[in-house]
Amino acid sequence: MFYSRPAARSPTSIARAMLIRRPDDLKSSEITPQSLYVDRRQFVGAAGALALGALVAPGVLGASPLGTAASGSRRQDDKITSEEDATSYNNYYEFGTDKEEPKELAKNFKTKPWNIEIAGMVKAPRTMSFDDLFRALPVQDKIFRHRCVEAWSMVIPWQGTPLKDIIARCEPLPGAKFVEFTTLFDPRRMPGQARPALPWPYKEALRMDEAMNPLALLATGMYGKPLPNQNGAPVRLVVPWKYGFKGIKGIVKIRFTDQMPKTTWNDIASAEYGFYANVNPAVDHPRWSQAKERRIGQFLKIPTLPFNGYAEQVASMYAGMDLRKNY
Amino acid sequence: MAPAASPATGVTWRDRSAPFVKRWVRPALWALVILPLVSMVVRLVLSQLGANPIEDLEHETGRWTLRLLASSLAVTPLITFTRWGWLIAQRRFLGLAAFSYAALHLSIYIGVDNFFNVSDIVEDVLKHLYITVGMLGFVLMVPLAITSTKGWIKQLGGKRWTQLHRLAYLAATAGCVHFLWAVKKDKTEPLLYVAVFVMLFALRVVGRKPGRHT
Repeated sequence: MFYSRPAARSPTSIARAMLIRRPDDLKSSEITPQSLYVDRRQFVGAAGALALGALVAPGVLGASPLGTAASGSRRQDDKITSEEDATSYNNYYEFGTDKEEPKELAKNFKTKPWNIEIAGMVKAPRTMSFDDLFRALPVQDKIFRHRCVEAWSMVIPWQGTPLKDIIARCEPLPGAKFVEFTTLFDPRRMPGQARPALPWPYKEALRMDEAMNPLALLATGMYGKPLPNQNGAPVRLVVPWKYGFKGIKGIVKIRFTDQMPKTTWNDIASAEYGFYANVNPAVDHPRWSQAKERRIGQFLKIPTLPFNGYAEQVASMYAGMDLRKNY
Repeated sequence: MAPAASPATGVTWRDRSAPFVKRWVRPALWALVILPLVSMVVRLVLSQLGANPIEDLEHETGRWTLRLLASSLAVTPLITFTRWGWLIAQRRFLGLAAFSYAALHLSIYIGVDNFFNVSDIVEDVLKHLYITVGMLGFVLMVPLAITSTKGWIKQLGGKRWTQLHRLAYLAATAGCVHFLWAVKKDKTEPLLYVAVFVMLFALRVVGRKPGRHT
């Protein structure tokens, strides 16, 4: 269901430390093997492109990178979203509530130095530098579908470390049941925080078993480059079977707890945004349908899949739960 | 053109303002109405509409519907304050322009966003209140557009015509609610539109002369 390339076959793992410290040293062609992008490449049909005219972002090369799982013809639709679209259409209210704002307003955001506090139910609460937290952990390439709660979606090639590897490094106590993440709060650096658009700082959380699922990723790069500021630099969460708002950006704190933490959107509008927020076409947002989605760069809406198409890997974690109540 | 009396204001305007209106006011208003559309088309063709152009077009046409509706509702208070009777013909122009953008907005929703998928659209209208309210706003504008002609004013009679055209305020309210409910969290922009319409409503109530119902 997802495409995973072991780090050993990718120069990216060697590159991350360099990437973070000296991004200028590397050309993007050196970071990500070209084969990653040209595998099973499909070009947007000329006829289709003509029919859709200018509505289709130009120059999007097709690729169907998400593996060959059995769940139908949908795989054919999974073309990687253009990097331009993925880096200019962002919900990151810390840098403005318009989707075009973060790219502009995060332009000069400094992510070095960056510290991450490890707190709560861990063997040794401490603050680690970004470099120390990720040191010597291999970088993996993961291409995931990304489904926003607003009914649009993308396909994004991430680079990062499975969350479970970072959790192991944090050494949580056996009683920890949830892991909570917090975004940086610094209105001078994050101009969107000057207004109370959301209760700052942004917080998100996962149940421990969700966090340990191999699909959960702490992303430090995308499209073979360091994570752009507007996409959550230097590190963000990626949980591809959940709506995008679970993917907290600019993480400065990871806290382990035995109580279900308050999470931002659930806290301000619990009727609209649940704690779990698993992608579910059968449960509408109270104000709009979740049955379909608009894949950015494509014209026709496509059906939304349960768990965003990752049911095989994640559905068992919710066995016996009423997903209409636990939306 | 013969002096015309507006059923809504009773203000008479004379021939002598006609050349001015024809030469300056109308072209300016046409520009106001056409330029946003031209800008949208140009940006669409040049792929400058961002990652989600369909959403952009919906939002832009929606905004212009409300802006033009507000402009048309501003005409009567403006006449009350300035006594520029010739403005009254521009009210119809602006009202029809607002209706045109509303029709474009709805067409994009039906034909582009949902690609004429009737069952999806029907379900959306029935299940999702902000769509229901938006649709209501459009439906309310239809009789106003139809009866905007001189013939219809005559046929209905000034008083009934005026009463009917108060629906414009209801349509504006529906438009604002539609906008407010469509927005996920940051309500600043729709609230600005609400503020403008509230002001326009207030001006009408204040401007109303005792004993006369306009």
